Order: sequence, then structure tokens, then C-alpha cells
Amino acid sequence: MNYFPDEVMEHVFDFVTSNRDRNAISLVCKLWYRIERLSRQRVFIGNCYAISPERLIARFPGVKSITLKGKPHFADFNLVPHDWGGHVYPWIEVLARSRVNLEELRLKRMVVTDEGLELISRSFVNFKSLVLVTCEGFTTDGLAAIAANCRSLKELDLQENEVEDHRGQWLNCFPESCTSLVSLNFACLKGDINLATLERLVARSPNLKSLRLSRAVPLETLQKILVRAPQLVDLGVGSFVHDPDSETYSKLLTTIEKCKSMRSLCGFLEVAAYCLPAIYPICSSLTSLNLSYAPGIPGSELTKLIRHCRKLQCLWILDCIGDKGLGVVASSCKELQELRVFPSDPYGVGNASVTEEGLVAISRGCPKLTSLLYFCQQMTNAALKIVAQNCRNFIQFRLCILDPTKPDSSTNEPLDEGFGAIVQSCKGIRRLSLSGLLTDQVFYYIGMYAEQLEMLSIAFAADSDKGMLYVLNGCKKIRKLEIMECPFGNIALLSDVGKYETMRSLWMSSCEVTLGGCKTLAKKMPRLNVEIFSENNEMENCIDDEQKVQKLYLYRTLVGPRKDAPDYVWTL
Amino acid sequence: MSPPLLGVEEGGGNTTLATSPSIDGVPRDCSGLKERNYLGLSDCSSVDSSAVSSLSDENKSNLNLKATELRLGLPGSQSPEREPKLCLLGSGKLDEKPLFPLLPSNDGICSSLQKNIASGNKRGFADTIDGFSELKSSKYTDGNWMFHVTGPASENVQSGGQGKFPANAGMKAMLPSRNSGAQSAVPKEALQKPAPECPRALNGTGVNQTRASNNAPAAKAQVVGWPPIRSYRKNTLATTSKDNDEVDGKPGPGALYVKVSMDGAPYLRKVDLRNYSTYQELSSSLEKMFSGFTIGQCGSNGTPGREMLNESKLRDFLHGSEYVLTYEDKDGDWMLVGDVPWEMFIDSCKRLKIMKGADAIGLAPRAVEKSKARN
Repeated sequence: MNYFPDEVMEHVFDFVTSNRDRNAISLVCKLWYRIERLSRQRVFIGNCYAISPERLIARFPGVKSITLKGKPHFADFNLVPHDWGGHVYPWIEVLARSRVNLEELRLKRMVVTDEGLELISRSFVNFKSLVLVTCEGFTTDGLAAIAANCRSLKELDLQENEVEDHRGQWLNCFPESCTSLVSLNFACLKGDINLATLERLVARSPNLKSLRLSRAVPLETLQKILVRAPQLVDLGVGSFVHDPDSETYSKLLTTIEKCKSMRSLCGFLEVAAYCLPAIYPICSSLTSLNLSYAPGIPGSELTKLIRHCRKLQCLWILDCIGDKGLGVVASSCKELQELRVFPSDPYGVGNASVTEEGLVAISRGCPKLTSLLYFCQQMTNAALKIVAQNCRNFIQFRLCILDPTKPDSSTNEPLDEGFGAIVQSCKGIRRLSLSGLLTDQVFYYIGMYAEQLEMLSIAFAADSDKGMLYVLNGCKKIRKLEIMECPFGNIALLSDVGKYETMRSLWMSSCEVTLGGCKTLAKKMPRLNVEIFSENNEMENCIDDEQKVQKLYLYRTLVGPRKDAPDYVWTL
Repeated sequence: MSPPLLGVEEGGGNTTLATSPSIDGVPRDCSGLKERNYLGLSDCSSVDSSAVSSLSDENKSNLNLKATELRLGLPGSQSPEREPKLCLLGSGKLDEKPLFPLLPSNDGICSSLQKNIASGNKRGFADTIDGFSELKSSKYTDGNWMFHVTGPASENVQSGGQGKFPANAGMKAMLPSRNSGAQSAVPKEALQKPAPECPRALNGTGVNQTRASNNAPAAKAQVVGWPPIRSYRKNTLATTSKDNDEVDGKPGPGALYVKVSMDGAPYLRKVDLRNYSTYQELSSSLEKMFSGFTIGQCGSNGTPGREMLNESKLRDFLHGSEYVLTYEDKDGDWMLVGDVPWEMFIDSCKRLKIMKGADAIGLAPRAVEKSKARN
């Protein structure tokens, strides 16, 4: 290989797009490292505090696309106090100063400010794509800057962010010359939208393939938009309520029939069930359907709709579909690969809920299932065993029983055997979330069988430190471990401190680890940031090593303790 | 804005799991909570909440419950100062931001959310941890790591919000801790529901339950971080279902109460449209409901010989020229009942009105043409 000129090597490497593969390439030899790093365009950084932007640019000067993740995953569930961190502005600043030719920025769980957005829009002339997932801290003013200044913007994708809506006319800020939009998603915005501007924007965007509207966009506008953009592949419906006898509705029916490219539908943030038949004509070609934000559609309507969707590969739905409805899914959607069933009433008992029956039905009907997120009222070991037998290809298996320590509902035993069957049968499982009554035994199974496991989320489980030890010892590829409310203490934490440098991060909250244990860990492993925090700042004032740590978040890093940690975070 | 709890509707507007009246009402008896209608399923909630608020006022002086209140407020709002001595665990900051933010975080809701739960429940479980830990399977005999709330003197300052306890029972539990130990039996009993019924079931059942079956799911899951649903999703679904209801006049997926007025009747009634599946059922039910008035009207109109009004006669009144059943739809227009399919009707009906013949003359015979013209 040394006889090939660098350009040839580079050309070969161009065909390697996966970050993991490219990381592997760079480890082969110094030559390959050098060639690879100079030609790398996409970089993924799973923890923005693991590395600094300066070092990123030093290694990958040609970087064009950066993906950054900030807060720990459990921040999604309000477990991370506000202001913990995850600020992207320092990154943008450094990137701008270093004249990186940034084209794409994808952020998840980070704090983004209007200043940051504005800086992006002014600093990177070729900026094409901004994807913000579960971020916060910005307003529609920042979006206006992006719209106004990014001349070749192709993608503006806002997924589930908390955006302060200043009701300015940010959509108006797209210049008339902007015709390059391919993907626009503003479904998470809460304020009013200038509908005429939206229509004109769509009209001058011939490449538009993905459009996700907010609730403020009524059905009349949707109809007009679809007339302009029948080439849409992915549509997020805002409001879908209208008098079915009206002219608008019948226009919509004809318009929808012309949308032959439509493959993915979502949204329906406001919907009347009797309007749903309008989409039946396109259901037969849909591969992805997300009705998990559509309130109040009765299960019967959902099943009627799904019967038409025989090519569905990805379905996100609310549990009001019921077990029977899931049976319909199983019989209609044989190509299903990803299923997410969300609770419509997470704190109550409700009639709308699913049980193990629904899951079993799905497993019988959809053998291609690889990814599951299932919120249910109850589960049994027997059901999980059947699922394990039927579906051996799970990559992601996340089961959430709404009552977190509920045992097998028919035998009252722990659910160890059921989950054990899953990990034993699905050799490729990479992400697992457990719930229900669980003892150390399930972790024994996980450590033993889940060889490819990379992310594990546990809550209210286990009897002793052994549980965590099984996982740390057995799961060689584990990268993210997040634990809440389990009796794991210092013994488990300190048993293999070197392990944490092979992982991205560890989260433990409301467990048994003490301050002393964390201090020991931090001392032994200087290249980990061991952050502890609590709600009431008691950690800083206390000197008692026996005190239990409320929240522990540790992660490997090359750049030492972060400088933007708020007061309540104590980095040991 | 809606209470952000999923499924919690505008019952009385101020009844969520986090509001003070529920706490205040508890020590008297469970009837205060009994009538709490978190999902707005009945129209009694508005009555009850006002009753309970007065209850709370009375109690305040005795119990100083203000401090134990978990209040719902707008993001960024600070509740009135609490007395520092009420912080049992020495957590000096009782930063009373709302328990569940109305608008998602931009201002520290997350931490305060936990603070609220933490501070609220830390007080509560001082007395009750033993009682609660009995509930769980034997391996959880040590309640410590479950609750991290072990009383004022404890050094254990872990999150009080993450134990497995019923939120409503937890709030109940707070009160007894304010009082003498005599009342500690109350929360223990309350907590002895391993999985308390959902808020909906609190109507008429109260919190002082005997051990409910394990199948009752976790209304107790006010544990921070559980169930693991993104707050964005929780908030969005709460808002969208509430707004859907506002638009449609529905209080919630469970019931569809609309007001029924009748000309000349001294008071209005409410019916749950979900109890019916056809127009016939609705009209018979309304006939029964309003028969009393109709009798009076008939009498005063001089209708001859009608002392015993049976259903058929009533039907004549309702469907004949005397009375017409109309409804107000989402747009505010008064429509004749019966034109559209039932499902569509209950989606758009906001209130019903039994119009007297004189008013209805214009509507009844020509209503069909009118509604067609409208469409």
C-alpha cells in the first residue's frame, strides 16, 4: 500500500463514508492517518465536552459537516438541571475564526442561541444544512438570520426544539432568490406563520422534498402547498381539520392523489378523525407514518388508516390504537422495521393502552422488526420469550412499562427471563432499555449474551452491585450506560475504572455511590470528567465522603474539566 | 395554557396533581381529593375546586400548608416566599417554580421541577418512608435509596423526587408531617396503595384506599424521569389535546359534556355525548331530562288535558313544531341536530339548545336548505 500515491489512497478512502470505518482506517498507520484526516469531511462528536473545537480543526482541517451532542440523554426526562451546559456558541466561534468551510451542522440536546445562529449565517458562505434536535435557547429571530443570510440553504430541520416564538416574520426573511430548499421542518414552532409567504416559498423551491408544518398551518394552506409541491416525499401535516363537505376538502382529495412521491407522513398536530380518509389514496405507498403527535384519534380510525398502509416500514403511534389495533398493524404491515408506541396518558390508567398481547401480535406479524420502543401497561416473561423467538433482528429494544417495577403480570415474577430471552436471541442488539421488576439476574444475562450492546438504560432495577458488575464485565462494546434508581454503589463503580475510558459516558442518579467513591474514581482516572450535581447545591458544601451522590455523570475527555460548568456542577 | 400533564384537561381549570387545594383538602377527609377531577371528566370539578379552595384557606392558618403546596404557575413566576423553617431537609432554597412548566424550559424549569418534587416530598416522606417501603417487594426493605427522603435530620440529601411514591398520596403525606404524628397514619395508609388509581379514578374513591391491586398503574409516576418521555412530547400532546378540546368543546377523551339549554327552563343541564351513539338515543335522553319543564310549559301554554306526558308526546314536542333541537358548532353557528353523521356531530358540537317553537320556526322546516346553502 505504500506504493500508491496519496491521491489514490484518498480516492479509495472517499468510498468509506461511515465514521466508524474511517476512524478505523486512521488507526492503521501514520500515513493512513494523515491521508484520512486531511480528506475527512464529516465528523461526529458524541459528547461536545470530549474534545475542543480547536483540536477538531487541527486534525480535520477540511471538515464540512459536524454533528455534536451535548447534554446527557436523561436530560430529555428532566433529570439534568437547567443550565448544565452543552453550549454550541464556543464551537461556532472557533469554527468561524478558523475559516472552516462549514456546510452542515447537526446538533442534539445543545443550547443554541440566536447569536450563534446569526454567527453561523454570516460566517459560512456555503452553509447548507442546519439540523437541530431537542435543542433550546434560541428564538425565531435566530431562524430569521439563517433564512436571510444563508444563500445556499438546503436544509432547515427543527425537531422537537424549544423555540421561543417572537412572532416575527422569519419566513419572510428567505430572499426571493432562495430557491435551493430541499428540506424545511418547523413543526415545533408554536407561533403563527405567514401563510402567503409560506406558499410563495414552496412555490419557488422546486427541489423541496421534505416539508413539515407547524400547527399554525391550516388545511387550506396545506392543499395549496401540495398543489405547488406534488413532488414532496416527506410531509408533516400541521392542522388537519375541515368540514368534509367543503370545497377545500374536495380539492384536497384531488390534490393528494397527485402526490405520488409521498413516502412519509407525520404531524397531524391538530386533526379531526373524519378528515383522515383524505390520505387513504397515498397510504399504499407510505413507508413511514408518525401519528404519535396526533391527539384524540380513536383506535378504530387508526386501524382503518393503517390497513391501507401495507408498505409501512416505520410506524410511530399512540397507544390508543390498543392491542387489537396492533394486531391489525401486524397483519397489514409485513415490512415493518421500526415501531414506536407512545402512551397517550402516561400518568393514568386510561382505556387507551397496550399490553403484552399487542407486542406478541406484532412479533408474529412483523419478523423484520429491528427497532422497538414500547410503552405499555404490563408485560410477561412468556410474551417476551415469544417475541424473542419471532424477531431475532432487534437492534434497538426499548420496553417501558409505565409502572416501573411491575412484575410479570401473570406470574408476579421478575421479568429477568423475558429480557434474558431477548438478549440471547437477538445477537445484534445494540440498544436496550429495561423496565419492570428486575433483579441482578437480568444483568447476568445481559453481560453474558449482549455482546454488541452499546447503550443500556436502566431504572428501578437490580438488587445489588452485582448487576452493574455483570454489565461492565460482560458488555465489551458498551458505550453509554445510564442508570437511575438502582442500588449500585462504590463497589460497582470502582471495580473497573479503566472501563470508563472505553465508553462515552456513564450516568448514575439516585443510586448508592458516595462522594468518596466518586473522588476515588476521579483521582484514578484523570482523563475522565467526573461531574456530580444535585438540585440544592449541597454537594459543594458537604465534606462528608459518605454522602450519597444524587447525580453522577462521567465521561471521557481529552480536554479536561469544562470551563462552562454552572455552580451546582462539581467536577471532581 | 393547559396543564402540561398529559391527559389532564381543564377540569375546573386549576386542578392538577400539583395544585394546592388537593393537598389542603386532605386532612379533613378524602372527600376533598375524591372530587378532584384531574381529567375534567365531570362538571363537578369546577364546583369542587372552589369548595376546596375555601377549604384550603381555612386550613392554611392551621397547617401552614402554603409551604407544602406544589403550585402550578407560569414559567419564571416565583411563588410567595416560604418560611425557611419549613425546609425540613435544610434545603434553603424552595425555589417555587412550577412543578410542570406550561411552556417548556427556558428558564430553569427542569431543576425547579425536581426541586419542587424534592422539597415537597421530602417533607412528606419523613414520616412515611417505613409505611411505603412495606409496599414494595421484600428486596426494597431499605427505603433509603428509593426515596432519599429520610426526614429532616437525615444527611441523606438525595433527590426526594425520585422515589416511587404516589404523587397524590405524597401530597397527602405532606400534610400529616405538618401536623402531629397522629395523622401519620393517614399517609401511610394512602401510601399503602402500591399503585394508586389514576387521577380519573379519584372521583369518588379518594386517596385513602385499601391496597389497590398491582395492576393499577402508576399515577404515582410523578417520579422525575419516569416514564421516560421527552418533555417536548409531553407538553405537545397536552397542548394539542387540550386545544383540540377547546376547539371542539370536549373536556377530554373520556367524556364529552356539553350544556343543554331549553328555553324557559330555569337551569341548564349537561349531557355526555359519548354516552350515545345515535341521535335517537340523544333525543330520548333529552326528552327524559327535560320532561319536567315541558310539562310546565305545556300547562302554561294551555295545551289541553296533558297531565301525564309520555315520551311520544315529548317527542312530538321536540320534533314537531313546538321544540327543535339545535346545537352550536365550532364556528359559533346554530345548527339543526340531525343533518350530519353522528361522529361529525359530536366532534363539532359545543352546546345544545332546545329551542321553542316560536324561535325555531325559521330553523326547523327550512333548516335543511339553509345548511346546504352554508356548505
